[in-house]
Amino acid sequence: MRLTREDVKRIAELARLSLSEEELTKYEDELSRILDYVDQLNELDTTTVEATSQVTGIVNQWRGDVVDYEFPREEMLASAIEKQEGHLNVKSIFGRAS
Amino acid sequence: MLKELRKKLDARQISSVELTEQYLRAIKEKNKELNAYVRVLEESALEQAKAADNTIASGEVHPLTGIPYALKDNYCVRGIETTACSRILQGYIPPYTASVVKRLRGAVLLGKTNMDEFAMGASTENSCFGPTRNPHDTSRVAGGSSGGSAAAVSADLAAFAFGSDTGGSIRQPASFCGVVGLRPTYGRISRFGVLAMASSMDTMGPFAKSVEDIAILFSEVAGRDTFDSTTTDLPVERYSEILERPLPKFRIGIPKEYVEVEGLNPDVRKVIEDVVDALRKKGHTIVSVSLPHTRYAVPTYYVLVPSEVSSNLARYDGIKYGYRAQDAEDLFSVYCKSRGQGFGAEAKRRIMIGTYTLSAGYYDAYYNKAMKVRTLIRNDFNHAFGEADVLLTPASPDVAFEIGAKSDLLQMYAEDIFTAPGALAGIPGLVVPAGEVNDLPVGIQIMGPQWSETRVLQVGHFIEHLLDR
Repeated sequence: MRLTREDVKRIAELARLSLSEEELTKYEDELSRILDYVDQLNELDTTTVEATSQVTGIVNQWRGDVVDYEFPREEMLASAIEKQEGHLNVKSIFGRAS
Repeated sequence: MLKELRKKLDARQISSVELTEQYLRAIKEKNKELNAYVRVLEESALEQAKAADNTIASGEVHPLTGIPYALKDNYCVRGIETTACSRILQGYIPPYTASVVKRLRGAVLLGKTNMDEFAMGASTENSCFGPTRNPHDTSRVAGGSSGGSAAAVSADLAAFAFGSDTGGSIRQPASFCGVVGLRPTYGRISRFGVLAMASSMDTMGPFAKSVEDIAILFSEVAGRDTFDSTTTDLPVERYSEILERPLPKFRIGIPKEYVEVEGLNPDVRKVIEDVVDALRKKGHTIVSVSLPHTRYAVPTYYVLVPSEVSSNLARYDGIKYGYRAQDAEDLFSVYCKSRGQGFGAEAKRRIMIGTYTLSAGYYDAYYNKAMKVRTLIRNDFNHAFGEADVLLTPASPDVAFEIGAKSDLLQMYAEDIFTAPGALAGIPGLVVPAGEVNDLPVGIQIMGPQWSETRVLQVGHFIEHLLDR
């Protein structure tokens, strides 16, 4: 599966990854090789096969809707990069620079 | 070793403080070269050791009280920097502790060990802290992604260590470093508090010097955890005691597709065959089994894992913790630049593959397809376990390679040939040192059906003693 530079740009945007020009070239090649490699799965006929999404067979482990632990706010925010009065400081959500 | 240490500590022949100081000295001596540890916690270790000595004096000990150990740097420990050896988590201090760590009651944490960034790799070369060197030959890798933990145990820098295995990251380093490593059945040990890579395949597991030690550790950490709803409530036994019983006669299966792998070093194959011969002489039945879809395991793995990775790593966004790019003009570029600058190459590769395979129009062709092939691989194992009680295979196609040798990414992916299939099936895999090739360790992998750790540990213990280790 051959990806174009535009494909990689689009994927990088979806994945919120900013890449340099050299990286775009590098990944165009590497991602294409990986996708070529995994294409061999198409050798197999899986029309009547069920997909496996989990292996334990465990479903719906319930517990009571009770809060029984505490996360102190200061500790939760200890690793935050920009804080203000107990909140996280972020850039404006609206008004994206074009 | 853990039983002996317990006896010595309880008899006050050695204190936990003395034992801890011994390990800290060894780390000071060897870690600069080996780079097994990325963070040594000297002060807190000695505090824990002191507390352990008080516990020992009171007589209320647990099996691991006072015994020093190491943790792979994807295990969160409250108040201690945890980075998954990625730039994007530099300075991250978790506000909580992984369940596995909570269950290692009384043990003394010496430090955090090196790993491939976010557990992506088979050599610990993808770490932002540089590679870990193999204690048996420092020009070679220790394996990955839990290379630091494997090397620490191998070089006597910890009495035991914990790592994680998603596609072989405990088993392959165990083989490369000549130590015992266990990948448990998925769902047996809680994943809570360990930085997630691929949630349907991640497992947590121990490294140690003997199968008995692994059994002791397994008993301590296994079992249902309310913080991880994928854990089973199957009872947890005292596995080290079960090892003392005589071994039943097992049917040992050798998957023919594994033995026929092109890249398998013939000398490594010989080591495995010698173990099989020794078992045959002891009266076990050896059967050849077939796992016909073996060669599709690595491609399946490299569709499913990047897909799950792209989702799990979306949380690293430069907002709540970790690295934030200083040159971002707006919110969107805070995300893009922080992630672009903070993640290493392999992480970015896998995120992008996963983004593509899960995207509209491609989900069916890639992710759904891979989930179906995963079923075929599971069915292969179910069928094989109808004919054999355990399967014996190599853990890796070769011995530890030289640092920098596997520069081609597909070559690195191919390292997972013997370990990815079991991971996809969710079954346990124990690796035990089986011999050497050119003075480098070779491990043998023992796989069993889901939830069969007892059997797998018994066989491992038997092989260990057969080989007089």
